[in-house]
Amino acid sequence: MSGPSDYQPTNPLLMWIERRLPILGLMHSSFVAYPTPRNLNYWWTFGAILSMMLALQILTGVILAMHYTPEATLAFHSVESLVRDVNYGWLLRNMHAAGASMFFLAVYIHMFRGLYYGSYKEPREVLWILGVIIYLLMMATGFMGYVLPWGQMSFWGATVITNLFSAIPYFGESIVTLLWGGYSVGNPTLNRFFSLHYLLPFVIAGVVVLHIWALHVAGQNNPAGVEAKTEKDTVPFTPYATIKDMFGVSCFLIFFSWFIFYMPNYLGDADNYIPANPGVTPAHIVPEWYYLPFYAILRSIPNKLAGVTAMFSAIIVLAFLPWLDSAKTRSSKYRPLAKQFFWMFVVVCVLLGYLGAQPPEGIYVIAGRILTVCYFGYFLVLLPLLSRIETPRPIPNSIADDVLAKTGSKATPMVSSVIMLALAGTLFAGSVQNARAEDEVPPSQSWSFAGPFGKFDRGALQRGLQVYKEVCSACHSLNYIAFRNIADPGGPGYSEAQAAAFASDYKIKDGPNDQGEMFDRPGRPADYFPAPFPNEQAARASNGGALPPDLSLITKARSYERGFPQFIFDFFTQFQEQGPNYVSAILQGFEDKVPEGVTIPQGSYYNKYFPGHSIKMPKPLNDGQVTYSDGSPATVAQYAHDVATFLTWTAEPHMEARKHLGLQVFVVLIIFAGLMYFTKKKVWADAH
Amino acid sequence: MTTASSADHPTRRDFLFVATGAFAAVGGVASLWPFVSQMNPDASTIAAGAPIEVDLTPIATGQDIKVFWRGKPIYIMNRTKKQIDEARQVPVASLPDPATDQSRIKEGHDQWLVVIGICTHLGCIPIAYEGNYDGFFCPCHGSQYDSSGRIRQGPAPANLVVPPYQFVSDTKIQIG
Repeated sequence: MSGPSDYQPTNPLLMWIERRLPILGLMHSSFVAYPTPRNLNYWWTFGAILSMMLALQILTGVILAMHYTPEATLAFHSVESLVRDVNYGWLLRNMHAAGASMFFLAVYIHMFRGLYYGSYKEPREVLWILGVIIYLLMMATGFMGYVLPWGQMSFWGATVITNLFSAIPYFGESIVTLLWGGYSVGNPTLNRFFSLHYLLPFVIAGVVVLHIWALHVAGQNNPAGVEAKTEKDTVPFTPYATIKDMFGVSCFLIFFSWFIFYMPNYLGDADNYIPANPGVTPAHIVPEWYYLPFYAILRSIPNKLAGVTAMFSAIIVLAFLPWLDSAKTRSSKYRPLAKQFFWMFVVVCVLLGYLGAQPPEGIYVIAGRILTVCYFGYFLVLLPLLSRIETPRPIPNSIADDVLAKTGSKATPMVSSVIMLALAGTLFAGSVQNARAEDEVPPSQSWSFAGPFGKFDRGALQRGLQVYKEVCSACHSLNYIAFRNIADPGGPGYSEAQAAAFASDYKIKDGPNDQGEMFDRPGRPADYFPAPFPNEQAARASNGGALPPDLSLITKARSYERGFPQFIFDFFTQFQEQGPNYVSAILQGFEDKVPEGVTIPQGSYYNKYFPGHSIKMPKPLNDGQVTYSDGSPATVAQYAHDVATFLTWTAEPHMEARKHLGLQVFVVLIIFAGLMYFTKKKVWADAH
Repeated sequence: MTTASSADHPTRRDFLFVATGAFAAVGGVASLWPFVSQMNPDASTIAAGAPIEVDLTPIATGQDIKVFWRGKPIYIMNRTKKQIDEARQVPVASLPDPATDQSRIKEGHDQWLVVIGICTHLGCIPIAYEGNYDGFFCPCHGSQYDSSGRIRQGPAPANLVVPPYQFVSDTKIQIG
């Protein structure tokens, strides 16, 4: 398509360069003059969105690597320091973490678009296979990136995924040892994953160049699925496609920003705010959402090797798609049966994703097996069969004809997809009822910091700090909070002098001095809250064998299931307060009378909201225990509310800055998207 | 795209393009700020750079110590009578970076020289009590400083920098 460029720069310097390296001509023929089908719809903007996401992930990733320490004892800490202390560190981390999800979301839309419009068919097979390779590389990169924060899910995700390779006969164990660099997942594993996580995005970028090259040789597919024949079928890439892509990108950025600024932990797992612990596996070990369908396939098969093989086959089968579906008609628009089955396949994938997040028991296993059969059936049976028996509707003669015909038939109701969605809905609802053994869920409280404009109640933060200092700090550390933090903007609102005075009440171990001895000195603002116990063993010895967890991140590290469909509503209402609800509920959930059927071991206590109900911590707060100077009621409910507020701040000291900047970004992005919309309309006015 | 074929409102169209382009440019530049700002020292580094106190009692006449403040070595030198006299007898106008000795110390504490021990040439650490001027000698490129920390010879362009400090008591200073 893009032959030798006729691009001729007029500037003498550019001419001088162009004669020696025709890079400007290459750019011009690839991104300016390049003919693009005039009937592309907005699903085609996801190519540009993905390019933008790759660039953004590389940019934020390179920056995060400037502040990250790939060492097992420091990795978790370095991520927290980056979020708390580095200028805009919280923003960069949220962008990178949510960015991974957005990248996968965009790539799934891009792949489903290719599937629907037959973009893998002759002559675009290599283009499609390169795409599958990019997808595989993305999965590897995303997985290794998730390991880097070295939380519980990082560690156990790394353990489970690397163990997949142990299913390989004869060589499995050796391969796993090779991946680990040790006898188990540990520091060498983290180091090599960091190195590879830094490398692979650039490999992806390289394959993306091949992908775009192959695209520009074959030319873009389009919704009609007929090749461009004449000038009338195409428009130049610039300005038409560039403007349209930029409008798509600006809309996508609005969606992306919702996660960055308002729901940064919505797609993550609370367990990953607990530092990696090789001795305890989290109760529900679940990968990130974008791997869930494949995880569901893995778990559906009760044989190790077969399960792993099925999981990898589910991805590899995509590479054979051009030969499995041999139908001559590309676009499903003109394939009445393929269209119906395409939407069923989408539903199958979504349901597999849902099942991947559920515990592997009961109805979920059966449903998982049925859907796994459906998944492979679609590729291996249905598509080959359809391409032989289906009678396609007539396709338009040319793209220009398709554009002219467009005004007529629109929005034929997709009966089968509606039925499938309804079916899916009932399955969801049924499974929800089936699953929940009636556990007490912490009641939702009203928090001043909830919602897009939420701010901390300074009084509650100060009272919470008092409760922590007088009660909680006897057993619980607060390792990530320095005394200086209580004077930070968006915090409890003390002055720097007050913070210094607060610090000087503490004795901090320092040294060694010139004599080589450690000594105590009064605290300074730069010091961190001292831990009540010198080490884990001492903490356990004083607490009946249990380790009182560090409280800095507790409101992010504790959560509970919201269930379907509540978790979907939460996305729109920005509900993020499981953590404070849980902390507050635990503090008020102690009951002397143990209900029937529950046995509490010696040295433990009954708590209504604690998972399993048996907690080692005795009831920590009683009415009147802490005397407030501002006249707030001295009740357990008030204490619990205040300390939960305080611990929400310690978990995310920049929450107010996040929501404040979010509002500004939203205003700017919405105006920009509006301007882009009208610009796009103006530019395209000539083309229609 | 200069000739508009649908020329009903050519000016409004141009305005829209300019407005969109300008908005994108301004927004793009503004969104670069976090990526630059993150390179600055982080909050814990700034907090760790708070002023420090140094006890001077262990430093006898003719001795010096090196302490670190904000990652920089600070020389605290208890100068001998001879060193002080040498520093004050040299004509100020003859110096490459003219400054009196008095302007580089705290009045009433004439024996104490406090300077950041980083050569003003290219950042090496000069060695105390070496060189021809009873002061400092930088081994990297041969700059020589006198007993007031002033550049006397070699490629360095300026005197050793005096950090912000004050005497808290006769035997204790606070740097920063």
